[in-house]
Amino acid sequence: MTDLDCDLVIVGSGPGGSTVADVATAHGRTVIVLEKGRNHLLSLEPPFAGLGRFGNDELKFFERHFLGPDPLTEPRTYRRSEADGDRLLTGHVNSLPSTVGGGGTHADAKLPRFRQRDFHLASDLGPIEGADVADWPISYDELEPYYAETERLLGVAGEETNPFAEWRSSPFPMPPGADMYGSLISAAACERAGYHPYRAPSGVNSVEYDGRPACNNCGFCGAMGCAIEAKGDPVALLRRALRTGRCQIRPESYVTTITTTADGKRATGVRYLDADRVQREVRAGTVVLACGAFETPRLLLLNDLANSSGLVGRNLTFHFQTMSVGSFPFPLYGERGRCVTHVHDDFIDGDDTSMQAARAAGLPWLRGGLTEHGAAAGPVLESKTYGPGAHHGASMRDSALRRKMWVFTMQQEDLAQASNRIDLDPTVTDAWGLPSGRVTYSPHRHELVTSDHYAPIMEAILRDAGATWAFSTTSPPVRDLELHVDSPLGLAPASYHIMGTCRMGSDPTTSVVDPQGRFWDVDGLMCADSSVFATSAGYNPTMTLASLAHRTASLLLDEPLAPTVPYRP
Amino acid sequence: MEHRIGAWLTESEHATLRVVMDVLVPNDEISPGAGEAGAADYVDLLLGAFSFEPPRLFAGGPFSGRQGGEAGFDQWLALGALDELGWRIRIEGSNGLADREFNGPVVGWQQQYRSGLAALGADFCESPVDEQRRRLDTDPEFARLAFEHACESLYGDPVYGGNRNGSGWVAIGFDGDTQPRGWTDDEVSSPAAIPVAAPRARDSAR
Repeated sequence: MTDLDCDLVIVGSGPGGSTVADVATAHGRTVIVLEKGRNHLLSLEPPFAGLGRFGNDELKFFERHFLGPDPLTEPRTYRRSEADGDRLLTGHVNSLPSTVGGGGTHADAKLPRFRQRDFHLASDLGPIEGADVADWPISYDELEPYYAETERLLGVAGEETNPFAEWRSSPFPMPPGADMYGSLISAAACERAGYHPYRAPSGVNSVEYDGRPACNNCGFCGAMGCAIEAKGDPVALLRRALRTGRCQIRPESYVTTITTTADGKRATGVRYLDADRVQREVRAGTVVLACGAFETPRLLLLNDLANSSGLVGRNLTFHFQTMSVGSFPFPLYGERGRCVTHVHDDFIDGDDTSMQAARAAGLPWLRGGLTEHGAAAGPVLESKTYGPGAHHGASMRDSALRRKMWVFTMQQEDLAQASNRIDLDPTVTDAWGLPSGRVTYSPHRHELVTSDHYAPIMEAILRDAGATWAFSTTSPPVRDLELHVDSPLGLAPASYHIMGTCRMGSDPTTSVVDPQGRFWDVDGLMCADSSVFATSAGYNPTMTLASLAHRTASLLLDEPLAPTVPYRP
Repeated sequence: MEHRIGAWLTESEHATLRVVMDVLVPNDEISPGAGEAGAADYVDLLLGAFSFEPPRLFAGGPFSGRQGGEAGFDQWLALGALDELGWRIRIEGSNGLADREFNGPVVGWQQQYRSGLAALGADFCESPVDEQRRRLDTDPEFARLAFEHACESLYGDPVYGGNRNGSGWVAIGFDGDTQPRGWTDDEVSSPAAIPVAAPRARDSAR
């Protein structure tokens, strides 16, 4: 082992990679974290203070690609199916931040857990024609200790009023933060309709936690780095790992090669290009891929590795997003506070009416998703939607699409289909000359039927809440494509919830990684991101992603957490 | 001639662009026109970003100083090598350089503005507004680019050269950045108890 540079080399510093770094260093292991993007998060020298580069700046984060990737230097491509030819568009496609902290830096940190059923959907509900509905090889009960510990490490604020939530072994580490004004109105309307809104589990501090301050409700949260470190994910994890003295973070390090033994059966490390495009190498006992469900399969495909199943990149899922938009005759103050403070889960398993809708469409069942109650983005984005002309100033003052707008966003379960995938674009490359990743994605009929069922329900709730008009749209758009070319949401799925491209399973012929996150084909190679998800569920993925990463690291180190039992408040 | 940064646009181009921006987003009794609020300066600073060190593309942080704390937005952040490559392609174009043309040639914003403004004609500023609109309509790609920048200038942070004195934000009752003050829990959950400043007429807003 003396010729190794570290025990673990981790590719990617987002929530998955950060969690592995935290767990491994806590157990005495040495790690090197290689991050393709720049470091804006924290000093890499003691005492690892924040760099102070984040602020309330809509242009920097939304228009100027501060967190990366720049679609000019790291383009991705998208097509709905092969009928679109090689691609429908090139540029920004589900581009999670490429920076130290990864997607955790821009997320507004809604951190719900999955439920029991999400781990055995095939057994519970059965197959759907044209989709690949699968069971996970692990259960909620097995993951619960890691959920609990990850909530504690990240710092999650929440309340236990969701009637659909699974059992917990411990309370939320923090109480919820301040309710957004608009959420109080939409939540009340939801309750009148018989639904059960609750305060969203959030990785945003409601009180001082782990040496970081409580959120002061600045309103610049989603898609932006936090100016005061009130978001714990992932700065808390990385800082803790660095403080052990056993963690190095190397930004601007683009991994191109996974090195293996001559027979290709064991990973030995990685080669990467540094900021000056000089090739460097790290030799490690274990290689952990935590690049996200887009870049992890891309790296494997570039290396022609771990793909005996032919499933690397396949079964790509997003959350099919149905957004119902209401415009109110009064301001809802969505620019104040967290982006989302309330959600409801009623649409996940549905009710008699959703079952009727499923049967009428010839489907055995349908599942919606967690529905977020939220506001719009900042005034720059709003102003671009109104178009040029003399109306512009009055439209901005009336602000029907920001200040007086409220949105339900349903993060719908997206059924896996082998034809939905990440592969390598045949001609488009990144600035290093390597093939860009390409998304091929079309929703299953299940998603469309589910959307059509719930959209009018959400619109009715918004009207009951006081909206003068309401409409619904989806991402990706599925009808009247030409109307969406100039939409802020674009033609490709706008969701940053990307999953499933290196599916976890018990059978190496139908999965890419085993139940512990190890690639079936290559010893010493592991996955710690949402690539491993067997289903998308209808919940934001980060809490499950980080908890799985915690479990993967703990099992690798032979330091499993003890089983847990429900606690009684 | 009003205030001009002079980073990249010529004086004549700057004057024309100011009018273009006011045609795209005109003023009214309350809101400023985009040109009036500094959109030409915004574009000038963007097109000439690399004439400064560090380039004026990413404002610093974490606070502007308007709401307390030490002002840091005007402490511009250095670009990484990949940032610089992307922004030089976007602004300057690929110009036949191999390291910029890995996916083919790119016409940069500098060239798009130079040719777009020239195509409007030397008498554009003095032409009737209907004629100005007609000429802009003949080049929808240029008009689209300019409109995007008009919006960014009018409602983005003033440190980027537009939104002069916060006049865009004042007109719509937007507070802009709020750190490090933020909002109290009551201001978030019960905002009706804390009135928001109503939009004011333009003269009193500036």
